[in-house]
Amino acid sequence: MSQDKLQFQLPSQTKMWTTALMAIGGVSAILGWFADKTDHHQYWWAMLLISGFFFFAIALGILFFYSLQYAAEVAWSALLKRLFEAIFSYIPYGLAVIVLVLLVGQFHGHHLYHWMDSSVYDPASENYDEIIAGKQAYFTPGFFWLRVIAYAAVFVGFARYFRKWSIQEDAVGGTEIHYKMYKKGATFLVLFAVFSSTMAWDWLMSIDTHWYSTMYGWYIFAGMWVTAMTMATLILVWLRGKGYYAMMNESHIHDMGKWMFAISMLWSYLWFCQYMLIWYSNIPEEITYFKERYDHYMVLMWVIFAVNFVVPFYTLISRDAKRNTKYLTRVGVIILIGHFADLYLAVIPGTIHGHLLWGFGEGHHANFGWWFEIGMLLGFLGLFLRVVLTTLTKAPLIPKNHPFLQESENHHI
Amino acid sequence: MIKEAAIRKPLILGHKTYHDITNDVVGPIEGNAPRQWKIAISIAAVIALYGIGSIMYLVGTGIGAWGLNKTVGWSWDITNFVWWVGIGHAGTLISAVLLLFRQRWRMAINRSAEAMTIFAVLMAALFPVFHMGRVWQAYWTLPLPNQFGSLWPNFNSPLMWDVFAISTYFSVSLVFWYIGLIPDFATIRDRMVKPLPKKIYGILSFGWSGRAKHWTRFEEVSLVLAGIATPLVFSVHSIVSMDFATSIVPGWHATIFPPYFVSGAVFSGFAMVLTLLLIMRKTMRLEAYINIAHIEYMNIVIIVTGSIVGVAYLTELFISWYSGVEYESYAFINRFSGPYSWAYWMMMTCNVISPQLFWFKKIRTSLTATFLLSIVVNIGMWFERFVIIVTSIHRDYTPGAWGEFHPSVTDIGMFVGTIGIFFTLFLLFARYFPVLALNELKTILKVSGESYKNSDKH
Repeated sequence: MSQDKLQFQLPSQTKMWTTALMAIGGVSAILGWFADKTDHHQYWWAMLLISGFFFFAIALGILFFYSLQYAAEVAWSALLKRLFEAIFSYIPYGLAVIVLVLLVGQFHGHHLYHWMDSSVYDPASENYDEIIAGKQAYFTPGFFWLRVIAYAAVFVGFARYFRKWSIQEDAVGGTEIHYKMYKKGATFLVLFAVFSSTMAWDWLMSIDTHWYSTMYGWYIFAGMWVTAMTMATLILVWLRGKGYYAMMNESHIHDMGKWMFAISMLWSYLWFCQYMLIWYSNIPEEITYFKERYDHYMVLMWVIFAVNFVVPFYTLISRDAKRNTKYLTRVGVIILIGHFADLYLAVIPGTIHGHLLWGFGEGHHANFGWWFEIGMLLGFLGLFLRVVLTTLTKAPLIPKNHPFLQESENHHI
Repeated sequence: MIKEAAIRKPLILGHKTYHDITNDVVGPIEGNAPRQWKIAISIAAVIALYGIGSIMYLVGTGIGAWGLNKTVGWSWDITNFVWWVGIGHAGTLISAVLLLFRQRWRMAINRSAEAMTIFAVLMAALFPVFHMGRVWQAYWTLPLPNQFGSLWPNFNSPLMWDVFAISTYFSVSLVFWYIGLIPDFATIRDRMVKPLPKKIYGILSFGWSGRAKHWTRFEEVSLVLAGIATPLVFSVHSIVSMDFATSIVPGWHATIFPPYFVSGAVFSGFAMVLTLLLIMRKTMRLEAYINIAHIEYMNIVIIVTGSIVGVAYLTELFISWYSGVEYESYAFINRFSGPYSWAYWMMMTCNVISPQLFWFKKIRTSLTATFLLSIVVNIGMWFERFVIIVTSIHRDYTPGAWGEFHPSVTDIGMFVGTIGIFFTLFLLFARYFPVLALNELKTILKVSGESYKNSDKH
């Protein structure tokens, strides 16, 4: 164990490039604001929501996975728990971005969410929308913000709780803390089961306010989970390259790869079921969602399905692939971009309404030639990595006294 | 040998040796049939015969012998079909998914769960087959070449996909189950003294010799089959759900149907496994192998899958209101307050509320409570399908065509009969087959056996 680096140090080089990424993000955001000709800078806010949610979802997905490890008494991942804790420490930052978008929307700074406009509920107004008015009970500001507060309290609260007792376990030992975490893990899963769906309805599905799909929450959850596993794998591989986690073996990498593969398949399954059932029955209430995407984003839609399903299926199915870190990294980057695009397609059509001709097109609302989107993605990536890696320095990398630690070290498949 | 963590519960209780395991599993096969078994199989066979009689009457008379009418054209038949297919899912989940997750506790329950799967799928198949009416033309569902006449199957129909999904599922489950049985049949063969049984078990074991090479191949093929069976766990019940969800009937058409049906299937399957195993462990004295730890784990699976189902129920209910679609909302209002509301509340109580009792450790480690709740869940899951199927179609778009369903004697006879056939098959399995995967169990004895785990020597 002596040659293993037990404490992670943030290399100055890493500090530099994460700062550089954040600077790129900042510059893109400022330039993008002025380049954005959409009403109320709609596109700019939508991109902020997408980038904010994407990294928040990674952190939340890992919090879910962490709880799952405790509730299911999983051993192999015990060695990696500090990495998971570092990743879910990003939750408050991700939440802050989303709350900013929601707050500005609530005060009519943008119109991502039609239902935030009170005139749609007023039968006398020309903006009156009968369908949205029918949903008023769910979207009253009081109830909506109560939900936002509940999500924030639960996600941040559990994340802090796990972190605190996990570090405590290093000092105290015994099994008492473990059982405490086991119970709290199960409790979190229950709350998450409800909130992951309602959160997806509130923040994403409600953008296409008329539309509904019972599957939506689970579909967003699958995307969250797969990006979380992929990002964790990428950071893990990077850390190993720097000489950390030397006591970890190929079997751990293999298991991470299996999760990337399996959850990619889960996402594909849910995507396909949702799409196929709506396509097959073709009723006006539902088909609008895909009609919008068909008319304006057909290529992107099928590219996303291909990238997120076909690529992981063929590249990760073999055992050797899942044990090859270089290979996993490349596929991982593709998966992350694929799911970022998936989120883009979930948000943009409902906010821009088919007017956007993305790329170097001649769209009259927004015309960025991709630098803005890529800049935002990179900027938030920088912030995310900086937060995660900084948290990682604050506790020993390898936990002590976890009851499954020995099983995890001996993990062999 | 690397020991597992001290806080893990032992999976084999007491001090067992390899030889004890063989004796405990093979012993009952070698001896004479116990009296209880003879009584049980007689009762099951009588019920089975009643079912077969009902089927013969149905075929002779026509589908009109069921209580179906113009409004409710699908009822108990499809309910029973979905119920049985769902029950089958636990076997595949235990043998395939838990194998991929390397769960050792699976080894005590996989054999009987897989047997249950196969019998349940057979029972399920009876319903659509006899629903065809002219059952002798059942082969029309197969994509026979055009030279035969014309190509009948409608590939656009989920009912057609079902034929493929279930036959694939059945074949893979059967192969999976049988491959696992081979080494255990060989163990029985080697112990048999009488020439005829020795010969029979010899043929069944395919010349298994226990060589290292045989074991390597055995493990490889198990993993490959698990890899194939895992997507099947999803595909079969997803496609079953599509029989409903591809339609535009309010209450049937919901995008959440596929994953929620899969979860419900696993839920009901585990309940049935528990019902069967709790009786089997007692009558066959397998308490050391199927102990409280196993029962607790299975109960936890029941909480998880039952809660997923609960979330799905509430999601559907909420979205039916949120959608603002009048027909959609009414379908659900009618569910919980219409003429079949008793069935809806039965379903809610049995499937969503009752499994939550397992959050209490006392209840999930109590044999009596588990047994009772497992039956409650089985009943609840039957009602779930009944609620989805009948309450959605008995009142749909045209009020003039509204109606209700009353089961006929033949409906009841056929359903009860399948339970009889199922138990007859399961009892035959319990008598002549190794009910535990004894050779697999031996591999975990030194790691998870109580007396080995707690001693320093190994």
